[in-house]
Amino acid sequence: MKILVCISNVPDTTAKITFNSDNTQFNTAGVQFILNPYDEIALARAIELAEGGKGTVTVIHVGEIGSEPTIRKALAIGADDAVRINAYARDSYYVSAQIAHYIKDNGFDLILTGRESSDYNGSQIAAMLGEFLDIPSISIIKKLEVEANQATIVREIEGGKEHLTVSFPFVASCAEGVAEPKIPNMRGIMSARTKPLEVIESIEVAPLNTFKSYSIPAPRGSVTLLSKDEPEKLVELLHTEAKVI
Amino acid sequence: MSVLVYVENADGKFKKSTFEVVSYAAAISELLKTELIAISIGDVNQDDLSNLGKYGAIKVLNVSTVKLKTFVNQAFASVIADAAKKENATVIVLANSFTGKGLSPRIAVKLKAGLVDAAVELPKIDHHTFTVKRTAFSGKAFATVELNSEIKVIALNPNSYQLKESGSSVKVEDFQPDFKESDFRTMVSEIVRSSDKIALPDAELVVSAGRGMKGPENWAMIEELASVLGAATACSKPVSDAGWRPHEEHVGQTGIAVSPNLYIAIGISGAIQHLAGVSSSKTIVVINKDPEAPFFKVADYGIIGDAFEILPKLIDAIKAYKAHS
Repeated sequence: MKILVCISNVPDTTAKITFNSDNTQFNTAGVQFILNPYDEIALARAIELAEGGKGTVTVIHVGEIGSEPTIRKALAIGADDAVRINAYARDSYYVSAQIAHYIKDNGFDLILTGRESSDYNGSQIAAMLGEFLDIPSISIIKKLEVEANQATIVREIEGGKEHLTVSFPFVASCAEGVAEPKIPNMRGIMSARTKPLEVIESIEVAPLNTFKSYSIPAPRGSVTLLSKDEPEKLVELLHTEAKVI
Repeated sequence: MSVLVYVENADGKFKKSTFEVVSYAAAISELLKTELIAISIGDVNQDDLSNLGKYGAIKVLNVSTVKLKTFVNQAFASVIADAAKKENATVIVLANSFTGKGLSPRIAVKLKAGLVDAAVELPKIDHHTFTVKRTAFSGKAFATVELNSEIKVIALNPNSYQLKESGSSVKVEDFQPDFKESDFRTMVSEIVRSSDKIALPDAELVVSAGRGMKGPENWAMIEELASVLGAATACSKPVSDAGWRPHEEHVGQTGIAVSPNLYIAIGISGAIQHLAGVSSSKTIVVINKDPEAPFFKVADYGIIGDAFEILPKLIDAIKAYKAHS
């Protein structure tokens, strides 16, 4: 089984998010970048499924050379090889079109992504890939098991879970529950340096969206502290002042 | 020209979030001086379909094909894109729900349309530009996105737009959609509903608890508080990581982002990753025995003290309030 995992390079979850002076660009100064936490889950499951010679795991990333440490991290965790499409990731449509083009040329049985990237939170790539390739896409899955030539999946739905089966090839976006993220060991880190990382040029695609500007949520007023002995006061304020109950 | 809204149903009924999406789409159709058409897929009762008129739709395309009884995103995307073409829709609106997340990207690619998901405001439209504000960086920021394509797809976050009654009657038409056999390559074997609990992503009230609760055996109090309020339950990452609560309840940067009217945080210190997931809550109440807990800095109301002491009293106070209202 050939498995492809799409990975994203995102600001560390503890990073303070700031923008340049006219709020048109994310300020990356002093920000540590990491492998998107959801992609780590997808990668971990891919490695488990490929274990014991049952398959291969390729990671793919659309981005510039600055994301290579994150790609090497994925190789250290256990991917067999990596592809970087050398382009600035303009929007989800652009990124999906690039990856879909690569998949058409190379053929994969299973394509996994994280449920969303923790920076732009798009949750779009998996379903866009499915559409570009005319194959099923299942978004936000909690469980993935493979049997012979089909997979059984549990996905989250409003107020419950749906169990389904699907035949290969397909795309799925992974959420917590699919696998536990893996921490690279020393052997993985050493071998990651010599694993193949192919850099390919992008294809011509016109992005459909432009990120124009950013803003930070307005700060809240100061907190009203109440005594622990009068919760009735809280209930009253929630009713009369906040008007939420 | 028209605006098309996909009206999601749960077991044949529309939820409040569906009417929010219709209200939002109606406001867009007003901005564009065009008509709002709704598309419903599955068996929805006639009263609910008629209600769509109240929120501004003038026509409902009703798809009740047996084959489309259970949700298959590939087929549903084909049906909605087909309706968009036939109705000459320039904007397609849906909910940014689990269903919407599986649908909107496929529709966008089919129509070569720019997609904004997690939208939180009405678009700003002038002669040359169409921009929409959405959440970004897991709730730590907002981004304003310009859509450059002729057709646009917008997925609206739950609890982001007020219900607005603007219209009156609606015409319900049967719609025979185009889809391909190859759209049905997934087979649903079972749907498991999580009892009668309120779904977290679109809950209006949320009671959330953290490690301060000391162990899963102490969650009865949290569940009771949620139940007297009619709230959904949630938790912090350490709690779901420890297996005290299911992953579906984990709110924060790597979990679910919520935007309820009221978020009550009990025994959660307020790490930056957790705060990111709750920042768009309208009112935040924090109960924590540590006066230095960072969560107090973003709270509207706070009580410093032991949750085990405060919760029983708070539950009684809410019961008393409910009894009188």
